[in-house]
Amino acid sequence: MHAGELIATDRSELTEESVKLAWSVLDEVMDPEVPVVSLTDLGIVREITPVGGVLQVVLTPTYSGCPATEHIEQSAKRALEDSGFNAVTIEQRLAPAWTTDWITKRGRLRLKEYGIAPPIGSADKPQLDQAIPCPVCDSTNTKEITEFGSTACKALYQCNDCLEPFDYFKCI
Amino acid sequence: MKRFDDTTELLLQLGDSAMIQAQRLCELVGGAPALEEEVALMNVGLDLVGQARNWLEYAAERIGDGRTADDLVFLRDQGEYRNLLIVEQPNGDFAMTMAKQFLFDAWHYPLLEKLCSSSDEKIAGIAAKSLKESSYHIRRSSEWIKRLGDGTSESHERMQSALDKIWHFTFELAKPCELFKTLDSSGIAPGVNDLCSDWHAIISKTLTEATLMQPEAADNNYLSGAKGLHTESLGFILAEMQFLQRAYPNACW
Repeated sequence: MHAGELIATDRSELTEESVKLAWSVLDEVMDPEVPVVSLTDLGIVREITPVGGVLQVVLTPTYSGCPATEHIEQSAKRALEDSGFNAVTIEQRLAPAWTTDWITKRGRLRLKEYGIAPPIGSADKPQLDQAIPCPVCDSTNTKEITEFGSTACKALYQCNDCLEPFDYFKCI
Repeated sequence: MKRFDDTTELLLQLGDSAMIQAQRLCELVGGAPALEEEVALMNVGLDLVGQARNWLEYAAERIGDGRTADDLVFLRDQGEYRNLLIVEQPNGDFAMTMAKQFLFDAWHYPLLEKLCSSSDEKIAGIAAKSLKESSYHIRRSSEWIKRLGDGTSESHERMQSALDKIWHFTFELAKPCELFKTLDSSGIAPGVNDLCSDWHAIISKTLTEATLMQPEAADNNYLSGAKGLHTESLGFILAEMQFLQRAYPNACW
């Protein structure tokens, strides 16, 4: 299939196949603030359901005040429309509240490669005293500089061995 | 000063308190004592703006007269605001900023905890989301109370003086109120009638660790944030916050 065909396809008939395609489309939409992880990596795409000819997408915000929420909503909608989904509705759902436990294995790997330490442990049992490994040299000899970092979801750490300052994706 | 149903009053109290606290924090952009502290203050402010939006969107939906959350924030006057008196007080020095934050967090955190089991699903949902964020807020503010209280003689004195000055406005946090009593028995806010004992417990524990003296209990007075009877400080906040919408109605980005 050529790219042109994909765009030209009218998806007013929504099948199981098209839902699968929609998931793979959102798998390519990157987070605006951490552009190496996709919306599905972060676990913020909760549901994709065809209702009549409309594709209903449920997203959940990461933090209440995350300024990227609207941007994410728009880019998700645009990506789906560009792939031929003409009727897309996006709902922001708060409950159950987003947790870092929903970040996929691939998402965690991508965060680490990007230089952001992925969340440690589970949100149900936050282990505040646990050492956060440095994403550069893997040393656990690190220190917290501040619990509030460059975005709501991150804290600032520094490695005592390689001295690299790094972001830690907070476990919530 | 129109009174809405109890649930809506609660939503306004939560939304307005978060909003005004956030607005105060944002005044400190470019003025915090250290870069990390500025980032932290703004992060807390941002979380609270987000929470305020969630509460006020639901409040607007219940009020149902066509107003949006933005309309509630930008177009209501003082008498219609339901925020706690403590959050509208000026930032003062860093000790005062953190004292106010801590006294608010010690009310906010246990309140959110209780609201997670609200019979109203939307309230429970917003509370569960906010609670995760507020657990960071209270950890930070109580650490500062301890660090300054149990720090140098200068920091101790300034934190003690901040507490002494602001204590006057804690009566709303420290005493049970009629609204919470009804919301408790209706299941909208189960356990909220005991909120003040949670507040007292958190405050006593932290102040003791911080080697600070707890001032004498504040007396009730004729003011009441929940009833829209505010101090003069709120007017100045609204004048700044609402200026653009008042001068250029419906202006948007």
